[in-house]
Amino acid sequence: MTASSPVLDIQGLTVRLPAGADRLNAVEDVSFAVGPGEIVCVVGESGSGKSVTAHSIMGLLPPGQLTPTAGRILLEGDDLLRKSPAALRALRGHRMAMIFQEPMTALNPVMRVGEQIEEVLAIHTRFDAAARRQRVLDVMRSVHLPDVERLIDAYPHQLSGGQRQRIMIAAALVLDPVLLIADEPTTALDVTTQAQILKLIKELQSRRKTGVLFITHDFGVVAEIAHRVVVMQNGRVVEQGRAEDVLRRPRHAYTRMLIRAVPTLTPPQRAPTGQVPIVLEARQLAKTYVIGGFLGRRREVKAAVNVNLAVRRGETLGVVGESGSGKSTVARCIARLIEPSAGAILLEGTDVAKLTTGALRPHRKRVQIVFQDPYRSLNPRRTVGASIIEGPMNFGVPREAALARARELMRLVDLDPDALSRYPHQFSGGQRQRLCIARALALEPEILIADEAVSALDVSVQAQVLQLLDDVRRRFNLALLFITHDLRVAAQVCDRIVVMQNGEIVEEGVTAEIFRNPRHPYTRALFEAAPGRAFAFGAFETD
Amino acid sequence: MLAFVVQRVLATIPVMGVVAFVVFLLLRLSPGDPAAVIAGDYATAEQVERIRAQLGLNLPIYSQFFTWLGQILRGDLGVSIFSNLPVTTLIAQRIEPTLMLALTTIVFSIVVAVPLGVLAAWKANSWIDRAVMMFAVIGFSVPVFVLGYFLIYGFALGLNWFPVQGYRSPFDSPAAFLHHIALPTLTLSAIFIALIARITRATVLEVLSEDYIRTARAKGQSERKVLFRHALKNAAVPIVTVIGLGVALLIGGVVVTESVFNIPGLGRLVVDAILKRDYPIIQGLILFFSFIYIVLNLLIDIAYTLLDPRIRY
Amino acid sequence: MSDLLQPRGEAVIAPRDLRGRRGLFARQPLAVLGAAIIVVMALAALGAPLIAPVDPLALDPLRRLRPPSEINWFGTDQFGRDVFSRVVFGARVSLIVGVAVAALSVAIGLAIGLAAGYVHWLDAVVMRVMDGLMAIPGVLLAIALVSLSGASLTTVIVAITVPEVPRVVRLVRSVVLSVREEPYVEAAIAVGTRLPLILVRHVLPNSIPPLIVQATYICASAMLTEAILSFLGAGTPPEIPSWGNMMAEGRLFFPIAPRIVLLPGVALALTILAVNVLGDGLRDRLDPKLAKRM
Repeated sequence: MTASSPVLDIQGLTVRLPAGADRLNAVEDVSFAVGPGEIVCVVGESGSGKSVTAHSIMGLLPPGQLTPTAGRILLEGDDLLRKSPAALRALRGHRMAMIFQEPMTALNPVMRVGEQIEEVLAIHTRFDAAARRQRVLDVMRSVHLPDVERLIDAYPHQLSGGQRQRIMIAAALVLDPVLLIADEPTTALDVTTQAQILKLIKELQSRRKTGVLFITHDFGVVAEIAHRVVVMQNGRVVEQGRAEDVLRRPRHAYTRMLIRAVPTLTPPQRAPTGQVPIVLEARQLAKTYVIGGFLGRRREVKAAVNVNLAVRRGETLGVVGESGSGKSTVARCIARLIEPSAGAILLEGTDVAKLTTGALRPHRKRVQIVFQDPYRSLNPRRTVGASIIEGPMNFGVPREAALARARELMRLVDLDPDALSRYPHQFSGGQRQRLCIARALALEPEILIADEAVSALDVSVQAQVLQLLDDVRRRFNLALLFITHDLRVAAQVCDRIVVMQNGEIVEEGVTAEIFRNPRHPYTRALFEAAPGRAFAFGAFETD
Repeated sequence: MLAFVVQRVLATIPVMGVVAFVVFLLLRLSPGDPAAVIAGDYATAEQVERIRAQLGLNLPIYSQFFTWLGQILRGDLGVSIFSNLPVTTLIAQRIEPTLMLALTTIVFSIVVAVPLGVLAAWKANSWIDRAVMMFAVIGFSVPVFVLGYFLIYGFALGLNWFPVQGYRSPFDSPAAFLHHIALPTLTLSAIFIALIARITRATVLEVLSEDYIRTARAKGQSERKVLFRHALKNAAVPIVTVIGLGVALLIGGVVVTESVFNIPGLGRLVVDAILKRDYPIIQGLILFFSFIYIVLNLLIDIAYTLLDPRIRY
Repeated sequence: MSDLLQPRGEAVIAPRDLRGRRGLFARQPLAVLGAAIIVVMALAALGAPLIAPVDPLALDPLRRLRPPSEINWFGTDQFGRDVFSRVVFGARVSLIVGVAVAALSVAIGLAIGLAAGYVHWLDAVVMRVMDGLMAIPGVLLAIALVSLSGASLTTVIVAITVPEVPRVVRLVRSVVLSVREEPYVEAAIAVGTRLPLILVRHVLPNSIPPLIVQATYICASAMLTEAILSFLGAGTPPEIPSWGNMMAEGRLFFPIAPRIVLLPGVALALTILAVNVLGDGLRDRLDPKLAKRM
């Protein structure tokens, strides 16, 4: 532990959930400390209670719903749980500050960003307007925002995601708090932006000796930034210690499982696909959106430009890129959920890019797609059985036969066939994603598109669904088009990869080759930004 | 900015066109001979013929529409059958009481309803919230004239605090004006207060669950400032929208309120026209009110840019 | 903030959740009370000839403006007609108008809204027409329609329906637009489901709960408009006893006998209140998203 006394010391914290929840306490008997100048990562999957812990410290739990019932939260030796609301307010923003996941929604959209930083000064200090403005400009410079004199009067929507998070950090640090709580501050950001923000947090806290409590689900981030690690599961701390120790010599089975589930950046050996036939080919595919028109300013947005790709039977092609790269546009064009503006989509030689709704129908069953959000991909008002047999019945399969097939598919995706009569809300996120895969397979497609299909899942579930996707690809000899922003995932499942940036393919090649020797500067930037890339996950040292 | 305003103004043209067309159809598609309908039950054949020529009913229907449209665009809303006065003149004569009643109602409603709605949202699910919401649903349910008669019964006939009916111009005597306008304003405000309080509560409640409210609290901001500095400002756009849309409700209410309190405004003009079947007046007033409604909502649309920096051009 | 408690917001209420563990009354006492009042009013309307002690149209010039008595519970009006009997019969008009307008405007609005939400070129045209209709103050439009076509119950219903339709169209269209962005609708397109089936299977079920809620609000609003029309003399024909008519006819005698105006007014307000309260209850139950917004 640290030599000096900790800035934050949580002892036996228990927070009660409202009656009727799936368990009694959101967090139970949680104890850990954050020393000055130390970054402590609290890591866990959804429902682990890591966010509740963070909000308890700030006194920001929803009143009446989550109530701390036991324990102490000591900030510089003072118990926060025993403070009056007014005393707590005086500490918030001043001695302890917090930044959040979504920098867009965390900033007030109708206030200038400068005002939002200045607000902290107005609440806690007696500086006059000129002094406040000076402090705001200073702190904006210290988080490396460009052109601060102009940016101070901008509104949040005029800034990029990374800039917004810098504003959040500036507002949090303007009064030099002893404790900064960062609740998944980079989860909503692209990987390159994430790397910059992580670097900024590290830089500022080491310069200012701020204690940082960093909440994350991502072991890559942990490896990148943490001095110490606290692992939580179902509201309890299962393991804590120095980052080195926890990552290399995890003692608890859950920690080991979590770390092992993190895909490594080293692609495994894959048998070369060889000269099997190409089932899907996109040639000079383009999608342009026209915004405005009729007196409004007409703008063209090129979501995809000149995209060429080909997928062979039994092969997985990864399409990797950050948000706005056009990877999802390409997926939706190929699935013909949207009509491409130009180019051809060849399904075994037939161009379906411009087919009318009627002419397209026979080809529909050949390409199926699994979406990102497992909670919105199934109609909540229909049984999952009805959702799975919908496709086959569209193509004339009798109901009984379709149901029998659905039961087989349920077994295939490792779900109980009797669950077909249930509704989607009775399944977990991972199970729903399995159902979506079953629905896609029901049509016996030749091409399966997975559009960020594992991005919304916890890392342990993610690994299982990835395994399932790979199994069905092999079993049905599917061409799998795998859309992802996550290099780790891409490294594990893809035979070949195309990298997209601003609607264009900038690099393509065999996965192992690209990971060994990225040629395009953007690909290199992506690799360098991958958090925890220096760390080989799962290679535990025996203790 | 100018391009935005021009665009919004131009966007109202099709709406106004639809309004004009519907109002035109109202008269032309009514069963029977419009000229006879307009002339009334006791008209002679000559009178009917004269009206038919006056309306241009012998022309094809599309040219009738455009002739009529041309008249309207020149500001000619037709002539009253009974008084033989141009409808525009009648509107000008009667507009003051209506305008005053509408203004007092809007001001009073906003002043009462917005704080009530904010309070209800802040104290959501408490007895205060329930009381405000109960009041709102009652305000929605009691018809304007029923409320009007109850108020007259209690405050005018019973307590004798206010006159039973009538109107005084504020330009003659502000005190008498307020004395006379009080009950009508109260009557007409009920439904408007209900509407604004409900939407204020709903939007503020929604805004209070936003992430930036949590950010403001994380900065140590006081609850009062969180509510008024952060929440209300963000809730402003939906609230103002509803106030604008609510004007349609207000117009219907004005007609009834003026009738209950015997106020010589546009509402009374409509009611009298209904009783006398004076169609040009009904038609002219519908056009006039629709025009006011469209222009008002256009202004609100443009005002959004002041309230929300995200809405631009 | 709520994400602290729920892993993901469930946008639509699941069928199973419609059956609660606690009794309906304990959860929504007001809505149940509203429903009870509506049932009483409906029974009064259906059984009016049995309940009303006297023929509501029978004139009795000798017994004009009598105070309430054992024979005339609510007294008599200026023509000596029994006010209680007239109030009971008045329930018929309000309920018929309310239900008919709600049913008609929902049926018409649903058809137009579904078409507009899914057929792109139609959308622009339909929405401009709806904007235009909504710009005309509803009461005035109804007044004009009734006074032009002649007073009858049918005219009144049609006249009130016309201004209500755009509201339904907008609601349905907004549901269509939001539902068709849902991944499960895209998945249905991907598995080759044809448009009509998509509308029936995925869009319609999502439209029904908000439509039921909207229908109750329209019902209340239609009763209100009918009363206003009748009160202004452009509504239900005077020979049919309706609450609005009674108030219009009695208003000259208001200073002498306030009850002949106030009693039908109370019946009217109570009925509308009951429908609105029921609507709020249904909204909280069926349409949690709307419940948050309203």
